[in-house]
Amino acid sequence: MESITERKKTRTGPVLFSSYTQGEGIRKALQLGRGNILFELKSSGLRGRGGAGFPTSTKWMLTAASIAEEKFIVCNADEGEPGTFKDRVLLLEYPELVFEGMVIAGFTIGAKLGLVYLRGEYEYMLKSLQDYIQMMRNENLLGKNILGKNDFNFDIEIRLGSGSYVCGEETALIESLEGYRGEPRNRPPFPVDTGYMGNPTVVNNVETLASVPHIITKGGEWFRVYGTSKSTGSKLFSVSGDCEKPGVYELPWGTTINELLKIVEAKNTKAVQVGGASGVCLSKSQFNRSFAYEDVATGGSVIIFNESRNMLKVLKNFMEFFVEESCGQCTPCRIGNVKLLEGIELIEKGKFTFSYINKLKDLGRTMQVASKCGLGQSSPNSFISILENFKDEIFQTNGRGK
Amino acid sequence: MLVMERNTLSEEIEELIKIYGSERSSLLQILQAIQRKHKYISDFAQQEVAQLMNIHPVEVYSVISFYSFLHSEPQGRNIVRLCQTISCDMKGKEDVKSTVEKELGIKFGETTKDKRITLEFTNCLGMCDQGPAMIINERVYTRLNTEKVIQILNEIK
Repeated sequence: MESITERKKTRTGPVLFSSYTQGEGIRKALQLGRGNILFELKSSGLRGRGGAGFPTSTKWMLTAASIAEEKFIVCNADEGEPGTFKDRVLLLEYPELVFEGMVIAGFTIGAKLGLVYLRGEYEYMLKSLQDYIQMMRNENLLGKNILGKNDFNFDIEIRLGSGSYVCGEETALIESLEGYRGEPRNRPPFPVDTGYMGNPTVVNNVETLASVPHIITKGGEWFRVYGTSKSTGSKLFSVSGDCEKPGVYELPWGTTINELLKIVEAKNTKAVQVGGASGVCLSKSQFNRSFAYEDVATGGSVIIFNESRNMLKVLKNFMEFFVEESCGQCTPCRIGNVKLLEGIELIEKGKFTFSYINKLKDLGRTMQVASKCGLGQSSPNSFISILENFKDEIFQTNGRGK
Repeated sequence: MLVMERNTLSEEIEELIKIYGSERSSLLQILQAIQRKHKYISDFAQQEVAQLMNIHPVEVYSVISFYSFLHSEPQGRNIVRLCQTISCDMKGKEDVKSTVEKELGIKFGETTKDKRITLEFTNCLGMCDQGPAMIINERVYTRLNTEKVIQILNEIK
């Protein structure tokens, strides 16, 4: 358990880990008013931090503009992508940023209730988060007439998941909140029209919401100073695998893979998996590429492999993960992932033909376009990238096929 | 199941519905509460929930079968879940796995004869920087090694 339950503010970083006083964001937001909040958010260029990168201001504007009796703001804390643990750090060490981000969203779009969908694996933090929410109620940062603002009532509730990866997909998450199996819906309609209980709903990642109080207090222009022109601000990277200093790092967008490897003191690196199991695996020749929506887009998972690792074993681990986590609703994902895993087992045994492997890659590309949700659309990424970037290693050690 | 046990379980479920409400959106929370206390959701409990919430028992079962943390078959008093995802795997998950299996005399997916422990694999626990990791019930244990895991297993009742 070590340091994970302690709330230390020893981290440093340009945006999220910069200094912040509790309640500051909400105070400023109430002064600014809805229009100015949306303006600051738009000029900041903030995009969804879960990995998809949808502009946050657009989501908020669409929901704010829709007319409905009830609206909801949902915090997606179902961090299940292999190798990602940044939300754990934010929730345990910076809960004020996440919850105040939700209050500001509630004020802007006109929601009265915010729901946090916390993954079942994080149940151990439930008590401390609920205590924090209670403390916010006591200080009138939540509840009725927040900070004296007439008719601004907002509260936050935490709901637990029960160990399902696909529930991180926003429509599956909403199904789960409504008490159903976490199977993704067809989109459109998008949650901004038809979300929780059929009402307009904003679903934002923990990190996206945590960026909001900083943008509101310091301004959209300040946020733009960091990062690149298309990817503004900073990103939290969850670094694990073969390096001296694994952990969470806040770095501006545009940082190259080589720079990150230096910071975490990784040696003899052969491969870097960016974006978790659903991301891509890059080899040495690509380490000069940078983390950005326009180059290597990511939700922040970085897994490092050194020269001693067997990349086929790595790939098998990822594919086993997808076979287990596919919800089984659509055929490309349900059957496709099983076929890709069988292909890996054939390579392991040396009983494969290159024409069959090529067919499997085609199957992967079909899954990328034909699957219903992001799970099946991205699960072939590691299959294709590992077999292409590490083909010499994989096909030499496992025979040349028949 | 004894009539007495049935009655207590029914009362418990009625209590839960009072706390969480009988709307469909409360279903997952109610099932989680039953799971937490009894380590599984029996056929009888499923039927009670269905009746009190006015939904079909198959709907209740379909939700239980979807989520990997909900069980419809009896489990041990403690559920040990070892992370099998790549980062923990690279930090020595296999050693921890074989130590645990040897210590308890069962394989993953099985329950000890005295019903003390059920072993399961789980996917990423979000402890990749401190692997290998596992959760026992709700508690997280990180940076496991063979000695540490034996000590932890001996401490749970």
